[in-house]
Amino acid sequence: MIAQLTSSERQYSAVILILLLMAGIAMAALGKADALGVQGVIVLLYSGVLLAFVLSSIDKPEPSEDRQANYYDDPIKVGIVLSMVWAVFGMFMGVWVAAQLAWPNLAFDAAWSTFGRMRPAHTTGVIFGFGGNALIATSFHVVQRTSRTRLAGQLSPWFVLMGYNLFCLLAVSGYFIGITQSKEYAEAEWYADLWLVIVWVTYLVLYIRTLARRKEPHIYVANWYFMAFIVVVAMLHIVNNLAVPVSWGHAKSYTIWPGVQDAMVQWWYGHNAVAFFLTAGFLGMMYYYLPKRAGRPIFSYRLSILSFWGITFFYMWAGSHHLHYTALPHWVQNLGMTFSVMLLVPSWASAGNALLTLNGAWHKVRDDATLRFMMVAAVFYGLSTFEGSFLAIRPVNSLSHYTDWTVGHVHAGALGWVALITFGSLYTLVPALWKRERMYSAALVEVHFWLALAGTLIYVFAMWNSGIIQGLMWRTYTEDNALAYSFVDSLLAMYPYYIARAFGGLLFLLGTIVGCYNIWMTVRMAPVTAQDHADLPDRRAAPGIAPSPAE
Amino acid sequence: MAVEEVDPVSGRVTTGHEWNGIKELDTPVPRGVLIFLIVTHIFAVIWWFVMPTWPLGTTYTKGLLDTNQHKIVEERLVQANAARASWVDAIETASFDEIRADPKLMGIVRSTGHQLFGDNCAACHGRDGKGGHGYPDLTDDDWIWGGDPEMIAETMRIGINSPHPESRASQMPAFGRDQMLDRRQVVDVAAYVHSLSNPSESTSATIGSIEAGKEVFLANCAACHGEDAKGNRDLGAPNLADGYWIYGGDLQAIITTIHSGRQGHMPTWDERLSPAEIKILALYVHSLGVENP
Ligand code: HEC
Ligand code: HEC
Ligand code: HEM
Ligand code: HEM
Repeated sequence: MIAQLTSSERQYSAVILILLLMAGIAMAALGKADALGVQGVIVLLYSGVLLAFVLSSIDKPEPSEDRQANYYDDPIKVGIVLSMVWAVFGMFMGVWVAAQLAWPNLAFDAAWSTFGRMRPAHTTGVIFGFGGNALIATSFHVVQRTSRTRLAGQLSPWFVLMGYNLFCLLAVSGYFIGITQSKEYAEAEWYADLWLVIVWVTYLVLYIRTLARRKEPHIYVANWYFMAFIVVVAMLHIVNNLAVPVSWGHAKSYTIWPGVQDAMVQWWYGHNAVAFFLTAGFLGMMYYYLPKRAGRPIFSYRLSILSFWGITFFYMWAGSHHLHYTALPHWVQNLGMTFSVMLLVPSWASAGNALLTLNGAWHKVRDDATLRFMMVAAVFYGLSTFEGSFLAIRPVNSLSHYTDWTVGHVHAGALGWVALITFGSLYTLVPALWKRERMYSAALVEVHFWLALAGTLIYVFAMWNSGIIQGLMWRTYTEDNALAYSFVDSLLAMYPYYIARAFGGLLFLLGTIVGCYNIWMTVRMAPVTAQDHADLPDRRAAPGIAPSPAE
Repeated sequence: MAVEEVDPVSGRVTTGHEWNGIKELDTPVPRGVLIFLIVTHIFAVIWWFVMPTWPLGTTYTKGLLDTNQHKIVEERLVQANAARASWVDAIETASFDEIRADPKLMGIVRSTGHQLFGDNCAACHGRDGKGGHGYPDLTDDDWIWGGDPEMIAETMRIGINSPHPESRASQMPAFGRDQMLDRRQVVDVAAYVHSLSNPSESTSATIGSIEAGKEVFLANCAACHGEDAKGNRDLGAPNLADGYWIYGGDLQAIITTIHSGRQGHMPTWDERLSPAEIKILALYVHSLGVENP
């Protein structure tokens, strides 16, 4: 890995790591006994380990001159491994949290293992750890292949990947010691947020520079989505995390947004995190790996345009549906609701475009679990967006809000869509990247598929049932117009469903572990001898056609 | 460069571009999608006309229905209170005995009481009212402060060791920790208290200790718990001679109580529950302890 860098690049990376190391020392010194001090030590250890790694091979021979003749795959490989590691961690946390909801004693009377700390460790672990690493890795792969050019930086891909993982690590370790901003999906505190801004802007610049070097006249759809993901997440992250720290020596900060405006900014962020992190990025994945695996052309280029602009435009306005029946003015809620309903059409257009692309390849879907992962993901994408638009309608939301129905919707999207499309993509990507003929075991991909599907269905059905029962119990009146049930009664009614959910989640986690094993064994397999000559960058000068990003 | 081809499966032409083997068809947007798009837009536009939606500087479009969520909630609350008024008034005005004599009102007490108890009391006293360590059982007939509905309502109203100005004060002194009794005396008096509800367990080995403990008890404890240890409801000092315990009745738990003292805390419900709700709960709690209420 380091051997691919020139010695001056190695020196640069050592300098960056030393600066980071010093930042860690500064945090530890300023923070002292505050939690910030502990975070500083983590920064210190993280950069120290990486520095040792760089220094250990700083004297290796210079890379062969023709780096540009090859795609830059090392960071992608590391990204895939990190993604799977985070997947196991995050889903294990999910199963544990699910089990705690059924058996609260599983917190074992420790502070770090309480529900309130483990839940964000789960969401950050799966969304940012698993999802984020998978997105970074696949976006690096897709942008190179569809632009026929090598990534536009040697060091910056590593900076993005390792810097991003430092952010995840700071966030998750922070929760365990009690640090949080109390903003869902943006729990990490100010210093971690500042760091992510640097990392993310580097990502954006790298991506744009790579696209600018492309050898294809047009930018492929998948890249539109990855770009939307990178640009909008930068914007969301900065605006929602504007905060003033208590002091340079404290982990705690206070947001600059007051009251209900804070709530609105938070859910503008929260919903667009769903839209641009959990949707747009993964649509980018889908648009590349699904047609690739199916060997079919995209069903309709025009439909791609319609859904891309529909999604980017409508999502922006929909955040207020998370705040129905709250102190948020009624008109803002209504506006969000109508935009959520209109959002359904472009969402379904994407799902439909993916499924119709499979026309002519359905026999492959039947035989190939990898393609089936992606097919089912598209179905769940359609399902969860339909459900989302439905839940956004105020009277429906008055039943579903605060209940497990929301959690069911979340996981129909998160397990059924996000995780399944990722697994399908990784099973396509891993053999290609490591130049193996195929995955180590097709049977294990099949096993993973069924475990994941069963887990998702059990999870989602359990939560639908429990959510609707809860919602109905809370609004059931006796014939004397008094409430019929107490909250505890509804908790009791949820008990069997919580057990079922934990079981479904366990199946899903087992599937992920099977996937890790399969990927590991594939990496260890002998590479195919014949080099795939098609999988190389195009080294001719870029075509003279003026690029038009809208296409 | 763009080479359009015909896809053999769909019969459509491609856009002529290719990215690492991926092509796109030039299929027009299906009519269904456009119709669906129009339908959702019509829905949205209708909603914009009838409901408050678009901002206009410092105000917003009110919509033809001229409604808003505050108005709706207020109306609903008025309706709900009106629907309950008949029995809420009856419970507020009638005496406990009158309510208990009225089967219809008692039906309401049981169903409403179940919900109120679950939402307000179960966290400490348990869903079934059977209590737990530190929280008294409300279903037995052993009452610290008194178990008729009037007394229960009063306990709820002012709380125990609560911030309410009239709060009941419940103080079991820390005899051991505050060195009012030495270690030996604490163990002795504990053995004595323990023996009151477990007479069979006093053996010849412990009998001496129990005798000594009785002396300690009469000198230090009887003022509150009574000479017969049957408690004093005015002080909230529980009966120590029955088998009911708040903090556990084994010897070790009793020693801990005497050594470190106890001050149970029960919130005041004066401002959190309405007078009718307090009455309902008092009757409900009372009925938990009575075989046939
Ligand atoms: C925060 C915990 C807590 C909650 C909530 C609570 N209680 Fe209590 N309650 C206590 C404790 C502790 C005691 C015992 C105080 C003492 O040691 O004297 C008590 C005592 C009582 C007593 C006196 C028992 C006796 O033997 O005289 C009654 C009656 C009672 N609670 C009813 C209720 C009702 C009805 C509610 C719901 C509206 C309720 N409590 C809610 C903690 C609680
Ligand atoms: C100032 C009055 C007072 C005196 C004196 C006093 N107690 Fe208490 N005792 C109480 C009160 C009040 C409680 C109830 C505390 C509570 O519920 O939080 C109590 C509770 C107890 C309990 C726990 C009962 C249970 O159900 O768990 C024991 C045991 C006990 N006392 C023993 C003693 C002994 C032995 C002495 C003498 C050494 C003594 N008390 C002296 C007021 C007193
Ligand atoms: C092994 C599988 C999983 C299990 C058992 C699981 C379990 C859970 C549990 C128990 C909660 C808390 C629900 C509550 O508070 O009531 C939760 C929340 C959440 N999970 Fe998962 N999860 C799993 C996988 C995933 C994945 C893969 C993702 C994302 C890609 C994800 C995203 C989320 C999100 C966003 C929330 C917050 C939901 C909300 O606030 O409404 N989960 N999960
Ligand atoms: C058309 C698309 C969608 C719409 C209109 C939509 C709408 C909604 C609505 C109305 C809620 C409930 C808000 C509440 O009552 O609190 C919600 C919650 C949520 N949705 Fe969606 N959804 C869509 C697609 C998706 C997809 C594809 C995913 C995931 C991958 C997803 C993830 C989530 C998450 C994580 C939450 C929980 C937020 C929280 O923590 O409370 N949504 N969505």
